[in-house]
Amino acid sequence: MSASPQAPTLQPRTIDEVVAAVRETPRLLPFGGGTKPALSLAPPGCASLGLCGLSGILEYDPGEYTFTALAGTRLSEVAAALAANGQYLPFDPPFADAGATLGGAVGAGLSGAARQRYGGVRDFILGVRFVTGAGELARAGGKVVKNAAGFDLPKLFAGSLGRLGVIVEVSFKVFPRPPRTATLRAVFPDLGPALGALVRVNQAAFDVEALDLEAPGVLWVRLGGSADTFTERMERLARLTGGVTTVLTEGSDQAAWERLQLRLLPPGSTALLVKVPVTAMAIPELDRLLGQAGADRRYGAGGNVAWITWPGTAAELDRFLRTQRLAGLVIQGAAGTPLLGATRGDNFRNRVKAALDPEGRFPGYH
Amino acid sequence: MLASLAKIFPPDRFLASAAGTAPFECDGLTAFHARPLAVVMPETREEVVAAVKWCWENRVPFVARGSGTSLSGGSVPVAGGIVIALNRMNRILRLDPVQRIAVVEPGTINTAVSQAAARHRLYYAPDPSSQTICTIGGNVAFNAGGAHCLKYGMTSNHVIGLTVVLPDGEVAELGGESLESVGPDLTGVYVGNEGLFGVAVEITLRLLPMPETYRTLLAAYDRLEAAGDAVGKVVAAGFLPGAMEIMDRLAIEAAEAAVHPGYPRDATAILIVELEGEKAGVDVEFARLNEVIRGTGAHDIRIARDNDERLLFWKGRKSAFSAVGRLSPDYIVQDGVVPRGKLGEALREIERMGRERGIRVANVFHAGDGNLHPLILYDGRQHGALEAAESLAGDILRLCLRLGGSITGEHGVGLEKRAFMAEMFAPADLAVMQRLRRALDPRALSNPGKMFPDGSAPALTAHGMHPLEKAGVISRE
Repeated sequence: MSASPQAPTLQPRTIDEVVAAVRETPRLLPFGGGTKPALSLAPPGCASLGLCGLSGILEYDPGEYTFTALAGTRLSEVAAALAANGQYLPFDPPFADAGATLGGAVGAGLSGAARQRYGGVRDFILGVRFVTGAGELARAGGKVVKNAAGFDLPKLFAGSLGRLGVIVEVSFKVFPRPPRTATLRAVFPDLGPALGALVRVNQAAFDVEALDLEAPGVLWVRLGGSADTFTERMERLARLTGGVTTVLTEGSDQAAWERLQLRLLPPGSTALLVKVPVTAMAIPELDRLLGQAGADRRYGAGGNVAWITWPGTAAELDRFLRTQRLAGLVIQGAAGTPLLGATRGDNFRNRVKAALDPEGRFPGYH
Repeated sequence: MLASLAKIFPPDRFLASAAGTAPFECDGLTAFHARPLAVVMPETREEVVAAVKWCWENRVPFVARGSGTSLSGGSVPVAGGIVIALNRMNRILRLDPVQRIAVVEPGTINTAVSQAAARHRLYYAPDPSSQTICTIGGNVAFNAGGAHCLKYGMTSNHVIGLTVVLPDGEVAELGGESLESVGPDLTGVYVGNEGLFGVAVEITLRLLPMPETYRTLLAAYDRLEAAGDAVGKVVAAGFLPGAMEIMDRLAIEAAEAAVHPGYPRDATAILIVELEGEKAGVDVEFARLNEVIRGTGAHDIRIARDNDERLLFWKGRKSAFSAVGRLSPDYIVQDGVVPRGKLGEALREIERMGRERGIRVANVFHAGDGNLHPLILYDGRQHGALEAAESLAGDILRLCLRLGGSITGEHGVGLEKRAFMAEMFAPADLAVMQRLRRALDPRALSNPGKMFPDGSAPALTAHGMHPLEKAGVISRE
């Protein structure tokens, strides 16, 4: 039997139904909005467990900077509730407009451009309720912004890819959204000086909301705060970056980051959309090789992540990443398993997997 | 049996005599003592692996230990077990200002990282108040906090990679040098394991640029509850302060007597709020913060004119614990967390419980993240005083849970609060955590008896201040 997110076999509407589904189904993979096809598509012989029916914000007190919601709650719904109180999800999960869910964002472990300022999804998750592969409903972490009781399973679930358990409820820390934003675009003749500017911005005492580099030489730096501070701050920032600079405000600031956000490849594309964690020092060599391979690429989170469109096969990408001693996560495209390349801690992860999914109910990582 | 362990280490790094092991018998929570079989002091990863493998093969429990400043009894030895003292593994292996990371050994002192990073105008954010003596390895094991957790998070938010020796001697490499990762966050689940997942031997920390400027104010209130409510108003107004701290009258008086910070003497409570970041932005925000504070019923608002005055505000705060300690022969520090909006209610309840039982309670705490630190004062020489203080401490933790919080914000569960795990978590939650622990440590040899209410408890005997605390080197917060 095979299943796909388009024709899910299981659509629980309550947590009890999730528990029952897990207990009664020998092999299954949870998914949310299905916006990251390589992660939501169950392998052959594995049922799909769609969690969009498990939706709703359960607790939100703006004064606490925290909320708790069911896993299938759409990010757009969360974002709207937060925005009404001047708050936002600081880790900026991608595909929010396309229908991505909170649980999917956690499971995929994806953060967007604004993670530059305060951190990624793993830095904001406070608590998680989940169903293990053994069919137990359990909870870890808490609902307050500071908590050191018990193992930090909420962080473990960030990037777990639906393979450790089914996330049914999550609690998050949130922050006040900067009242206004503006962006500096600095254009350089090639990658070297653009990367140099990125490193300088990263090291300086600038409160930067987002810092992306479009290969070969366009640096995007977003500032937030009160609009009357922008003139002075942008002048200082431009002196630091060098290059040919332009300041974008209001609509053009908004449009720039909408264009830069992570998007799915067009229908019919056979390429792979891939996330690869990197370091700034590794970017020059990686960028040269990716250029040779005909791959589109962009660097986000201050040079800590490469978003790559790989034109070849998953096997070729796996080999490429291994030679570069990098690991990758396939978000879209036929990959077999989504984790490729030189992943670290596999021995530790295998033990964790055996503890949370002792019967191998969810797919393996490789 | 010990002879084979003694072969791994030279005599000066293998201690088995009563005199040699005595300094390792307790930690910052002085109420618990246990006598280890031996103490080993590795200098390399290979020696840690060898010691852990020896313990595994001989089925001997072990505790990895840094400076022994745990306030939850987390580094108290297991009676008859081995202490792996990591203080000699204190090298900063690499400091990379481009990637903004430091790769350190576990015995590295917390402040040593920021000191080394200072020449690049970078720093390591987590600042537990024992930071001049506590080690990064201990910070990792207990997910140490500090005064800046609302904005910056805890230790786990600043550790991006680890090399760990699992309890059977197998080595695992978790995370890396990038702030981003793929697959489950293994580094994240390792931090805060309370020593149950083996020994971290190499730790990759992220560093932050030093803020360009700080602006600090101090507001005085005539009711403690009003100070608690002011915190909620600051947050509701959309501020994200680097730190927000409250001290009550007892703590203010003690701090004044100890270090003379010049706090308003008529205050029942003071609130310190600090903003930090780019000057242009902070100046605008600070003016708005003053407006908000004026609407909270403060009867005296002081603004630090320069860095010296700012440091004076903080000096009183940072000395408060040891200062309060001088008011009483003994005290217990609690570490519960409540939602910020419930701070006023929690403080009122704690005040009431203390009054009813005739026990003095001082409050000095991280208000910005709802992390209470009530100091329960008692005299251990009086019959039943310790038990009465512990009973109050337990009821305060239950109050925190009832208000939707946690039994520990930053000290960890350790020995001290393991009985309360079952009040915070359901049996199924604990069963999953135990299964994870057993998958990583099938023989339960790595720091057994901590976090979970299993194993035998060491004797609850001594009282009084830790020697380092008496010397003013560490404090319990």
